Order: sequence, then structure tokens, then C-alpha cells
Amino acid sequence: MTHSNGIAVELRGLVKSFRTPKGVVQAVRGANLSMRAGEIVALLGPNGAGKTTTIDMLLGLTRPDEGTVRIFGRPPEEATACGAVGVMLQTGSLIRDLSVRELVTMMGSLYPTPLDVDEALQLVGIEAVADRRTQRLSGGETQRARFALALVSNPDLLVLDEPTVAMDVEARHAFWTTMRSFAMRGKTVLFATHHLEEADAYADRAVLMAKGRVVADAPTNEIKAMVGRRTIRATLADVPLSGLMLPGVERVDRRGEMVILDCMDADLALRALLDAFPHARGIELTSAGLEQAFLELTGANGGSEKTLEEVLR
Amino acid sequence: MSASTYIRYELIRNFRTRRFFVFTVGFPLVLYLLIATPNRHEHDLGGTGISAPLYFMVGLAALGTMNAVIGVGARIAIERFLEWTRQLRLTPLSARAYIGTKVAAAYLTALVTVVALYAAGISLGVSLSPAKWLQMTALLLVGLLPFAALGIMLGHLVAVEAIGPTVGGLGALLGFLGGVWFPLGDGVMHDIAQALPSFWLVQASHVSLGGSGWGVTGWLVVAGWTTALTLLAARAYRRDTSRA
Repeated sequence: MTHSNGIAVELRGLVKSFRTPKGVVQAVRGANLSMRAGEIVALLGPNGAGKTTTIDMLLGLTRPDEGTVRIFGRPPEEATACGAVGVMLQTGSLIRDLSVRELVTMMGSLYPTPLDVDEALQLVGIEAVADRRTQRLSGGETQRARFALALVSNPDLLVLDEPTVAMDVEARHAFWTTMRSFAMRGKTVLFATHHLEEADAYADRAVLMAKGRVVADAPTNEIKAMVGRRTIRATLADVPLSGLMLPGVERVDRRGEMVILDCMDADLALRALLDAFPHARGIELTSAGLEQAFLELTGANGGSEKTLEEVLR
Repeated sequence: MSASTYIRYELIRNFRTRRFFVFTVGFPLVLYLLIATPNRHEHDLGGTGISAPLYFMVGLAALGTMNAVIGVGARIAIERFLEWTRQLRLTPLSARAYIGTKVAAAYLTALVTVVALYAAGISLGVSLSPAKWLQMTALLLVGLLPFAALGIMLGHLVAVEAIGPTVGGLGALLGFLGGVWFPLGDGVMHDIAQALPSFWLVQASHVSLGGSGWGVTGWLVVAGWTTALTLLAARAYRRDTSRA
């Protein structure tokens, strides 16, 4: 089903606004995204960033005002109609009066090449309650059953919209482990999340959205390396702070014998530090992580929204 | 890709609900026995020329099957509320097939009602030739078409909180006006009833008098309602799904 030069998902110039009682809300103001087959991409952003609207447009549930969507080179309605896409939407419940196994069987029967039902149940770890009616499941079990419904289709593209929102830490971990092992079969996965650590841990690449725009699109480690300002800590008692404004350093501070250097370019700063003060001891280098990058890019820390280039400048 | 598995589970779901046993089979069956048993020797009910056991057998079969088929609306409304229909839009199951399976499952459920009522009718002395039984059943099934369209329309129009009373109320009202409980005679009520599809459903018992059972008026009324309600249902469906 990958007769599209290895491109699984292509979103170009998506724009969508909604009329609400409070006026027109521009949910998405120009989203571009391209995913190669086999990639795992996190769509990252705070609530209201436009992630769900973008996913709804990707899936053909919402028609964009402008822009185009292609899944494996086809319009989304065609891709879903031929069973190429498995989806776990953010909201939604299960229909009643069937056991989990029956519901998963029912769903699987709609697809051309479904997974074995037992395999789908086992992947999400829900065999123990497989014969229980769906209305008697706990919240966590319901989420797992919904995941099984997405997996049983054995899709080439798996789309998950904030799938772990209602899960505890343990369930979350199990969920992502399953996702990873499913992706290992050569599947393409797009998941929306506002947990930075989830994107960091489970995606190859993160697409950051803020206020309806894509503000960054890069491998997660690259985003961290690029905008994750790093901090150098060292024990250096006898040097005045003014002497520590070395190349690559943006801000200095002191706590007792320890100096703290916030760096734009930590590599440069560290070399300069060791050249100037060879007696510096106890050197620690920490990365602010994706969290900081996220705040910078989405302007959530009070600043206005910036593009990646502006942040880097 | 097999819709047959989907239909099978849809049917299983139908049979597992209390609603099915209470409204679709139990209620009509019990009422039939209560009404028809004391009148089982009445051979000409209210001047219709039809025996009481036969008249009420078809009347209550009409009520039960009507409930089953309008009930499609309740199932659609609930599945919209659960966002299950949204999930299904992302599968290879087309909207047409989705609605088709709902109607097919309702019809199969309705057949259970019909068979139960026929059995009760036979126990009270209803006797027809095999051809008449078949003809009557065929009229019932055709007569249910407008109600299937009505159910689909309501399912896409009415919110889940209101769908129960709407479906139940409409079923009871249409049944009453259609003459489920007593023959309507020749007055104003009869004239009004003639324009309703439920009247013709009940009139399926007319096959016992010979002839086609419905006559031109009946076919026109049923065809008219089916067409009009199908168009309205299609409109309601489009409005409902294009809202996003």
C-alpha cells in the first residue's frame, strides 16, 4: 500500500477555522507535515494548539478550508476506506452488549488484512477481561480495548490522538511499549501528545504546534540539542562573576562555591571555561530538555510565538 | 472485509438488550394474549369481516415490528453519542452499509416478533392457507419500510437524551392511530388513519378476506411515506455528518 515514494503522510498548507458563538476561531493556520513510511512522529503542543483539528483533517473527519491531505498518496477518505489507517481518537466510547473479544472481532471483520483477534488482545494486554461485556470495563480497560480496535485493523498508518490522557504511569508505559513493538513491524505512527517526555522517549521526530501553526519539525534529540539551552555547573570559588561571561555564555550566577553558566553554546563555553580556569572542578553539564525547548517555541512562558529560526537566532 | 460478521454481531447486540425482549417481543405478545384470548370466538371484529385473533395478531405484530424498526433511530443516536459512528467512518464500512446493517438487523429482529405472534395466533385458532401467511408477512415487511426510514431520520436528528421518548411515543401514537387496538370503523379517524403507514401495516390482515390486502390506496400511501421519509433521512444524515 506504499505506492507513494515512501511518503506515508503529506499535509500541505492546512487551514481551518470554526464559527463559534464568540466569533471565528482559527484552529489551524497553516500546518505542513510530511512523514516517511515507517516513521514515528509525535505531534506535540499544548491544549488548543490545533493538534486534534489537524488530526481530524488528516483523517478526513473535518474538511480543511485550505490545503491538501494525502495518505499514501491518496485522499484520506480513500485511505481509510481501504483500511490503511488505524485510529484511536481522543474521545469516544465503546458500544455495549458485546464482549471485548466480540467487539474486536466485529471491528477486525471490516478490514482486508486484520490481525488475529487473540494477537490484538494480547498486544494490549486485555486477554484477562476479553470475555467481559464492554459496559463492565474499567476506564483503563476501556482505553486498552480502544487501542485493540485500532490495532486489529493491522494498519499501515496508526494515528493516536492523545491516547494516554486517562492512563496512570504504569498503563502509559505499557501502552507505549506496545506502540513501539507494533511500529517495529514497519508501521508508520503519528501520535498527538502534550507530554514532552512521551515525544522524547517514543518518537523519532517531533512536530511542535502552537496556536495553529507548526513551529518546529525535527528529530527529538535535535530539537533538544538545538534549543535545549544547556547549563554548566562548576566549583570555582575565587573567580568574580564578570570574569565568567565567556563565549557562548548568556548568564552567570553563583551559589556558594558553585558557579552556574546558562549557555547558548555549551560546547564553546566549556572549552573557554577550561582554558581560562583549568582548576575548575566538579563540572556538570545538564540539558534543559524538551520542556524548555517547548516553552521557548510555543511562547508559553509569556513570550510571543516564535519560529525555530527566531529562537535560534 | 465482510459485512456479514458485522451484521451477526449487530443482531447479537439486538437480542441482548432488554429493550428487545420488553418492547419488541414480550410486550406485544402478552398484550395480544390478554386482548385476543377473551375474544377468540369473535369471527367478525367490528364489522371488518376479520376474526379477532387474526386482527389483533397482525395489529400487535405491527406494533412490535414497528418498534423494532423505528428503534434503529435509537441505536443510531446512541452510537453517534458514543462517537462510535465517528470511529466507523474511519473503517472500510461505508455509511450505506452501516445503515443497511442496522436496518437488516432490525428486520431480522422484527421477524422474531412476527413468528412469536403467529404462533400465539395459531394457538388461538387463526388459520390461513400457506399462501395467505406468506402474502401477509410480505405486506408486513414492505409496510415497515417507511418506519425504517423514519428511524434513520430520527437517529440523525434527535439528541440521545430525547430519542427514547421520541421513538417510544411515536410508535405508540402511530400504532394507536393505525388501529392496532381496535378497528377504526368508517368515521373521521378512519379517514385520517388511511393516510398513515401504520394503518396499512395493521391492514395486512386483510389478505384473509381475499384480494391483495392493500389495494391501490395502500400501496400509494406506503410508497409515498417511504419515498418522503427516505429523502428526509438522507438529508438528516448529510446535515449530521457534514457539521464538522
